[in-house]
Amino acid sequence: MSTAAAHDDHHHHAPKGLKRWLFSTNHKDIGTLYLWFSFAMFMVGGLLAMVIRTELLEPGMQFVDPEFFNQMTTVHGLAMVFGAVMPGFVGLANWMIPLMIGAPDMALPRMNNWSFWILPFAFLILLSSVFMSAFGAGHPSAPNFGWTFYAPLSTEYGPASTDLFILSVHMMGISSIMGAINVIVTVFNLRAPGMTLMKMPLFVWTWLITAFLLIAVMPVLAGAVTMMLTDRHFGTSFFNAAGGGDPVLFQHVFWFFGHPEVYIMILPAFGIVSAIIPTFARKPLFGYASMVYATASIALLSFVVWAHHMFTVGMPLAGTLFFMYMTMLISVPTGVTVFNWVATMWRGSMTFELPMKWAIAFVILFTCGGLSGLMLAITPVDFQYHDTYFVVAHFHYVLVTGAVFSMFAAAYYWLPKWSGVMPNKLLGELHFWSSLISVNLLFFPMHFVGLAGMPRRYADYALQFADYNFWISIGGFWFGLSQLLFLAVCILCALKKGEKAPARSWEGAEGLEWEVPSPAPFHTYDTPPVVK
Amino acid sequence: MSDNSLKQRNQRTLRKLLIWAVAMFGFAFAMVPFYDVICDITGLNGKTSTTASTEGPSQVVEDRTVTVEFITQRGEGVNGDFTAATRRVEVHPGEITLVNFFASNPKSSDIITQSIPSVSPGEAARYLHKTQCFCFDQQSLAAGERKEMPMIFYLDPELPRHINTLTLSYTIFDVTERVAATNN
Repeated sequence: MSTAAAHDDHHHHAPKGLKRWLFSTNHKDIGTLYLWFSFAMFMVGGLLAMVIRTELLEPGMQFVDPEFFNQMTTVHGLAMVFGAVMPGFVGLANWMIPLMIGAPDMALPRMNNWSFWILPFAFLILLSSVFMSAFGAGHPSAPNFGWTFYAPLSTEYGPASTDLFILSVHMMGISSIMGAINVIVTVFNLRAPGMTLMKMPLFVWTWLITAFLLIAVMPVLAGAVTMMLTDRHFGTSFFNAAGGGDPVLFQHVFWFFGHPEVYIMILPAFGIVSAIIPTFARKPLFGYASMVYATASIALLSFVVWAHHMFTVGMPLAGTLFFMYMTMLISVPTGVTVFNWVATMWRGSMTFELPMKWAIAFVILFTCGGLSGLMLAITPVDFQYHDTYFVVAHFHYVLVTGAVFSMFAAAYYWLPKWSGVMPNKLLGELHFWSSLISVNLLFFPMHFVGLAGMPRRYADYALQFADYNFWISIGGFWFGLSQLLFLAVCILCALKKGEKAPARSWEGAEGLEWEVPSPAPFHTYDTPPVVK
Repeated sequence: MSDNSLKQRNQRTLRKLLIWAVAMFGFAFAMVPFYDVICDITGLNGKTSTTASTEGPSQVVEDRTVTVEFITQRGEGVNGDFTAATRRVEVHPGEITLVNFFASNPKSSDIITQSIPSVSPGEAARYLHKTQCFCFDQQSLAAGERKEMPMIFYLDPELPRHINTLTLSYTIFDVTERVAATNN
C-alpha cells in the first residue's frame, strides 16, 4: 500500500519501464508503439525484398532456390501491407486524432492496448515460418503462394505453414477491426465542443472513412481464410472444384476485401498531405468540402471495382465493361483531390521544409502510380499487362511513393510534437534525396520490363531484361540502405538530440495539435478546448 | 453524470460497430451461394447444370452448324488416362449427340472420381443441355479398370447467333479420400 500511496503523489506520472509499454492505455504511448512496430516491419519486409533483388540482380539462379524466392515475395508483401503500412497509419491515428479533435484519449483505451499487442504475436507466428524455412531442420516451406494466397495454391497445394499464416491473418484482422472501431467511437463521441464534423481536420475525416472500410472488409478477409482453413482440414469445398466448389470464387471473395484494402492504405495518406501542404503553402486547404466528398466517393466506389484484378479469369463482356468503367470512374474523385492539393499550392507562400518535400514528392509520384492504374483498368490492355512487372511498378508507386512517402512526410511533420525536438535537417535532407532518386531507379524501369513482358513472381528472367534488372536491384539496395538514415533521425529525436521545438513547430501550422506544448504532455485536453 | 452517459454512448457505438463486423463476416459466407446464383444467371465461369435435362429439344435448326470441342484435364493425384473419343463434333442446335469419354485407373487400388465441366465462352453454358453425363455422379474405377463414360447433350435452339464454337472442358479429380472422410 505504501508504494501505491507514493504513486498517488504523482497522479499524472506514467509507469516506468516495460510495464509502461505493456499495460499502456495512453494513446500517445500506443501510437509510439505502433509507429516503431511499423518501422520494424518495414525493415523486415525490406530485408526480404533485398533477397528478391539479390536473386534478380543477374539472370539465372545463383543465390536462393525458386521455392525460397516464392516465400520471400509472399512474406514481403504480407509484412509490408499488414505489418508496415496499416499499423503505421493506425499509429498516426492514435497519436494525432485525439490531439486534433481535442479529446483526452481514444474512447476505448483498454481495447486500444489489446489491438496493438496482438500484432507482434501475429507477426511472430507468421515470421516463425520464415525462420524455420531459412534455418530449420529440413527447411519446411513458409507460405509461398503470393500475398494474395489464391486457392488452390494456398489450399490443396499450400505448405503446412499455411495454417500459421491463417492464424496470423485472423489476429491481424481482429487487431485492425478493434483499431478501426476505436477511431470511429472516438471521432463520434469525443470531439471537443464546437468541433463539428465539417470542421475536423482532413486527416481525421480520411481516417474515419478508412475505419468504416476496415470494419466492412476485414471480416470478409477473415471469412476467406476461415473457408481456406475448413477446405484444408475439415472436408469443405468452398474453393475445391472436385467437391463442387470454385477456385475463382476465392478470387472474388479475396478482392472484395482486397480492393477496399488498397484504399485503406492510401486514404489516410490523403489526410496527411492535406494537413502538410496548407501549412507550407500558408493557405487554407483548397476545396475542403469537395475533399471530404471525394474521399467518401472513393471509399464507396472501392466496393464495386474488385473484379478489375481478375479480368483474365474469363468474365462475360458485360462484367468486364462494368468493372472497367467503375474503375475509371474512381479517377474522377482522385483527380479532385490532386487538383485541390495543386490549387492549395497555387500562389501560396511556399517554403520547402522536409515534410513539404515529402508531400510534394507524394503528389507527383502518387499521380504517376494512379496513371499506370488507369492504363491497367482498360480491359483489353490489361490482358497484356496482367501479372507483369508493369503491375508491380504500378502498385509500388502508389504504395511506396504513395503510402510510405506520406508516412515519412507525417513523421517529419509531427516528430517535433512527439519528441519535442526538430528532426535533424542534414540527415533528413539526405534521407529525402537519397530515397527520391533510388526509389525511381528501383521502380520506374519496372514499367519498361513489364511492358516488354517480364512476368511477376519468377526467380529468373529472359536475358533481354538483364540490364534493367541490374539497375532495379541497385536502386533497391540503395533505397533500402537510405532508410537507415530515417532510423538515425528517429533515434536522435527519441534521445531529444536536436533543436528544441516550439509548440507551433512550423510557422504556418494550423490545428489543435499545435496548441499543446512540444513534446505533447502525457495527458492533454483533460478539459476540452473551445473550438471557434 | 456526463461521464457516465459518455461511457454509455461509447458502448452503444461499440455494439453497433461490432454487430456490423460480425455481419460482414457472415456476408463473406453469403457470397458463396450468391456467387452460385450469379453464375447460374450469367454463365459466369462456364458452369453447366449439374443435373440432367428432362426436356428434349423443341426443334432442330438444320440451317445452322456449331462446332463443339472437347478438352480433358487431369486434376491433382490422377495419373490414369482421361480422354474423349473425339476432339470435336459439328452439330445443329437441337440435335442430340452422344460423345464417349474414357478414364483408366492404373493404380492397384480402386478409386472414386468426379469430373467437373466448364464451358467456354461462359455465355454459352446455359444453352448446353445434357440429358446424360458421367459428371452428374461420382464414377468408381476398379484397380486397372478402363471405363467408357457416355455424355449425351444438345445445344439449345436459342443459342445466340454469334457463338459458332464452344469448348466443353472436363477436369477429372480423384475424390477417394474425400468420400472416405465423409463416410466416416
